[in-house]
Amino acid sequence: MDQTIAHPDTPMAPTKPSEFSSPSHIQIRDLNVYYGDIRALNSINLDIPRHEITVIIGPSGCGKTTLLKSINRFLELIERTRVSGQVLMDGEDIYAPGVDVTEIRKKVGLLAQRPYPLPMSVYDNVAYGLRIHGLCKRGRDLDARVQRYLEIAGLWEEVKDRLHKPATSLSIGQQQRLCLARGLAVEPEVLLGDEPTSALDPISAQHIESRFLDLKERYTIVLVTHILRQARRLADYVVFMYMGEVVECGLAKQVFEHPKQARTRAYLEGQF
Amino acid sequence: MKKRHLEERIFQVLMMISFLLLAGSLGFILLTILIKGLPALNWAMISQTPKGGYYLGKEGGILNAILGSLTLATTGTLLALIISLPMALFLETYLRRSPWAEVARLCLDVLWGIPSIVYGAFGFTIMLALGLRASLLGGVLTLALLEIPLMTRAMDEVVRMMPHEVEQAALALGSTRLETALKVTARQMLPGIITAVLLAFGRGIGDAASVLFTAGYTDRLPTSFLRPVASLPLAVFFQLGMPFPEVQQRAYASALILTVIVLAVSLISRWLSHRFSRHTVR
Repeated sequence: MDQTIAHPDTPMAPTKPSEFSSPSHIQIRDLNVYYGDIRALNSINLDIPRHEITVIIGPSGCGKTTLLKSINRFLELIERTRVSGQVLMDGEDIYAPGVDVTEIRKKVGLLAQRPYPLPMSVYDNVAYGLRIHGLCKRGRDLDARVQRYLEIAGLWEEVKDRLHKPATSLSIGQQQRLCLARGLAVEPEVLLGDEPTSALDPISAQHIESRFLDLKERYTIVLVTHILRQARRLADYVVFMYMGEVVECGLAKQVFEHPKQARTRAYLEGQF
Repeated sequence: MKKRHLEERIFQVLMMISFLLLAGSLGFILLTILIKGLPALNWAMISQTPKGGYYLGKEGGILNAILGSLTLATTGTLLALIISLPMALFLETYLRRSPWAEVARLCLDVLWGIPSIVYGAFGFTIMLALGLRASLLGGVLTLALLEIPLMTRAMDEVVRMMPHEVEQAALALGSTRLETALKVTARQMLPGIITAVLLAFGRGIGDAASVLFTAGYTDRLPTSFLRPVASLPLAVFFQLGMPFPEVQQRAYASALILTVIVLAVSLISRWLSHRFSRHTVR
């Protein structure tokens, strides 16, 4: 019998970055998260490689989103949440006292499950981040940057004539690409996606997926998904979580084709 | 016809009837004040203060009441806004799901339901205790008290309807809480705030009972916070009480002026909140 099942509390050894071509960008060390008295994450140790797509899979309620939100310090928005352990980005603990949370969130973009544009025009949505971070204030330079990020998000052609229309007038699929452009505009290093295609129609979902494949050259991408086929399409590296623990992680090919753990195999075969 | 379709028909007819009743009563009220008030309405009515013997049918107008009502309602609404907006934000951001929030909302709902004459009597008692006489100040304070529950609850509903994901989106981009509040939350809430403010203004300007004892009445224009001030609802009340048909007609003309002000305010508020809700995220 598999050892992990016999002793479910055995902590996983941290994955060695040497397994991957690129050095790890984010290192998670002994991370525990509690919602009130409930332990949502149980001593997570994980290395996330730079400029690759890491996909977190697992059944609902296993802690996928919690793990994701620990990377942009979004957990502290939820009341009665306690976090212990470290999340190191280029070796610096983002939970260390004195760290400016707005700087962390500038470095780590988030694409949510459903697109929520800001209550302003298409243009202002993209310009918002540039303005608040003082990256660019006004004028032609701002116009050019807004255009560039809309192009990267694959939205420019569709919105170039309606830049000053409300962002809410776009379709849901376009809104999600707008949210991507808005997130890219603050010049992050990491992109998080929390089931970013789950509210979209298949064509729009495909749009977003192909953007991720383009973007991984320049960004470290971490995605949560419950769609296994999507994980197979996108992942360079897979993390399988179950009941708040990382059961298995490794190169996508290896995890999908030769899972080491019985629970991973069971999940991949659709048993839960 | 099947029973289900019959039910559908019956309820459609019932809804139509209730709509007609509503539209009919609005039309009837407007028609009455138009027919009875229009003949007495002239430039003097809205440009002059009452001259000697005005209430006996002689010359003059009700400029004192028009300006008085506008001053009372505007100042009272501003005062109510200063208190209601932080209260609504506090209810949502800090109390949220705590039992205290429910207690606070219950208090506001009870206060909302209290008749305005009770506010008038309460305001009068407080003024007596403070040694104040019937004055613009007294009227403004009482009107603000009257408007606060309505305004706070209306705003509270708006804040509660706001999707938190919009704020989270702003935070995820690295905004501070203040930037989020001013650039995102306020923009999102603005149409609702405008509606709440103008709803309260409408209640304030039309209320007679609360200002009866607290603001008093005068034939002069409002000049000082410590002097009594006239108001349109009381102008209607006093003129209607006179035994002369021409003065009674002027009461209807005054009612017409009040209605036009309220109508204008609600149309402006509709237009404004429509304008500002262009970008609202639902």
